[in-house]
Amino acid sequence: MIDSWLHPSLILIAGGLLLPLIKGYPRKFFLLMVPVLAFINIWQFTPHGTFGVVQFMDWTLTFGRVDSLSQVFAYIMGLMCIIGTLYSLHVKDDVQHIAAWFYVAGSLGVIYAGDYLVLFLFWELMAFASVFLIWFRKSKDSTAVGFRYLLIHTLGGLVLLGGFMLRYQAVGDLSFNHLDVTNPQLYTYLILIGFMLNAAVPPLHSWLPDAYSEATVTGAVFMCAFTTKTAIYALARGFSGMEILIPLGVIMAVYGIIYAILQNDCRKLLAWEIVSQVGYMVVGVGIGTELAINGTCAHAFAHILYKGLLFMGCGSVLYMTGKSKFSELGGLYKKMPMAFALTLIGGLAISAFPFFSGFVTKSMIISAGFSEHLLWVGFLLTMVSAGTFLLTGLRIPYFIFFGENRCSDETWEKAGEPPWNMLAAMGVAAFLCVLIGSYTPYLYSMLPYQVDYHPYSAYHLSETMQLLLFTGLGFYLLREKLTPLNVITLDIDWFYRMGGRGFFWLASRPIQFVDSCVSEAYRAVGLIPLMTISRFWSWFDWHAIDGVIDGIARSVRGLGSSVRRVQSGQMQYNLFWAVSLITVVLIAYVLV
Amino acid sequence: MILEFIEFIRARSGTMLKICFGVLASLVVIDAFVDKHHAHTMAEHIPGFWSLFGFLSCCVLILVAKWFGRQGIETREDFYD
Repeated sequence: MIDSWLHPSLILIAGGLLLPLIKGYPRKFFLLMVPVLAFINIWQFTPHGTFGVVQFMDWTLTFGRVDSLSQVFAYIMGLMCIIGTLYSLHVKDDVQHIAAWFYVAGSLGVIYAGDYLVLFLFWELMAFASVFLIWFRKSKDSTAVGFRYLLIHTLGGLVLLGGFMLRYQAVGDLSFNHLDVTNPQLYTYLILIGFMLNAAVPPLHSWLPDAYSEATVTGAVFMCAFTTKTAIYALARGFSGMEILIPLGVIMAVYGIIYAILQNDCRKLLAWEIVSQVGYMVVGVGIGTELAINGTCAHAFAHILYKGLLFMGCGSVLYMTGKSKFSELGGLYKKMPMAFALTLIGGLAISAFPFFSGFVTKSMIISAGFSEHLLWVGFLLTMVSAGTFLLTGLRIPYFIFFGENRCSDETWEKAGEPPWNMLAAMGVAAFLCVLIGSYTPYLYSMLPYQVDYHPYSAYHLSETMQLLLFTGLGFYLLREKLTPLNVITLDIDWFYRMGGRGFFWLASRPIQFVDSCVSEAYRAVGLIPLMTISRFWSWFDWHAIDGVIDGIARSVRGLGSSVRRVQSGQMQYNLFWAVSLITVVLIAYVLV
Repeated sequence: MILEFIEFIRARSGTMLKICFGVLASLVVIDAFVDKHHAHTMAEHIPGFWSLFGFLSCCVLILVAKWFGRQGIETREDFYD
């Protein structure tokens, strides 16, 4: 490309396109090499600046804005892509890897984008690539879940598009920088809503638990990292200091944890906890001070790793046993001790135990709240921290790996340690969770602002240990209340799921009825003259046109049967080919 | 190795429980001697404030969530089928 700067997304996209050509033993090597190369490429962008500037019609498009904010997010996305690919190394289906890589490419594209047009392009690539990670589950619900996910994200994309178009009309500028949050206009809110939808801020959140719990085992590991944290990057870039985000983030944190307590499916619990944890980051963006933005970036970084680890842990249980509900699991430590130990590290990291990553990141946001004298924010977020430990540190280990054994004989028989690559990926993530928590300069030196924060004070240690261990006491006393039940929880998605059914009913009954009436009337009134005319055309066609057409028809039929091979009639496959084609055109455009 | 360690602990659950209660009590005692000039509110100067806060948070969250679930939010698994 330009300025000898190579966009890391291009490495992933090109790798994805080449993958089907590589067979046999080198395939696994290739699978690991592509994300490693992309990561090295990100890592070596030490000189900050603007790269990949392309003139397109009247607009100047910027593909590569490299600064400390984009670098810390790109670094962790690149790292997570390696871990996710290692975790899915056993997956033989090329298309699943391609979808995951395109999805990461979309995320990196958004992070490095310097203007709204490029951002939007990659924003949509993320949605269209990630939906395949749901569809490939091939369960009875995944098709419907995938379409709901796609429709919601398309809606969010349209709001974002509307926002930046209105802004372009108002200020004549497409560049994506900090917006004027003290004097917000309609377009500011539209862009904010577009970002908030991807960050799963209530009431725009219910796509997340719906989709992530239905994704494939390996797909969920990718999904839990990229969409929400890319949106947090966009919010941090554009909306730091937007005060409305503070109450929204707190609501998000509390709402997420309440719903997480009610879940019976372990991956749904983790998905709800993403809503809760991303709430901390939204609060951090809303506060907008240097400490808060550092906290947001640090927490996003740590969150990607421990949440990935937890999804890998629960995913390995699902992969081995085929079950993810607490009411069908239990006592598995005997069969999966390694998976248990590694999942527990993820649980301790998210719970912010000293020497684990959450301890040095989450507290930055809470401290920023207290420093700005937002006491209610500080106390409510601390309360949610207790809830986080209750769920991920205690409930998940207890009901999956200990507690009463609710496994059927078949489940128990199937349970065992997952394949080596899954354990290795979990090991890498677990190591990083401990590294971040124990050696703070590793992460703190990457943050956008100079860090003047010391998590290991005696008071913070005493506060955290009391909070967590007394939460443990609460769990011990009330654990009967948390006994898994075979239920699901209703949420805001009820409105559009039921609304969708209402529309379907409307289409299949009244509208269909009107349509039939019109057809009937047309048949009676219009058929006789139509037949006369058509007899004439038939004669004309037979004698004049056929000679010409036959030749063309034969060619078209030939082409048609070739195209038919890629067009199975399933909308998902059509989408896949369309997205791939657009991506290829995009690469060609950027490269040429 | 992990398995043996877990079995070792499970075999001594009574002792472990006593140790845990001992740790909880000592946390409250230690808190009385910790330097609290970083505290943001007066309440935090009370020894064991965060112990009480943690315990109550846990209980409140569980009870509120279960109450919320009973208001029709928790429903049968085939609700949408």
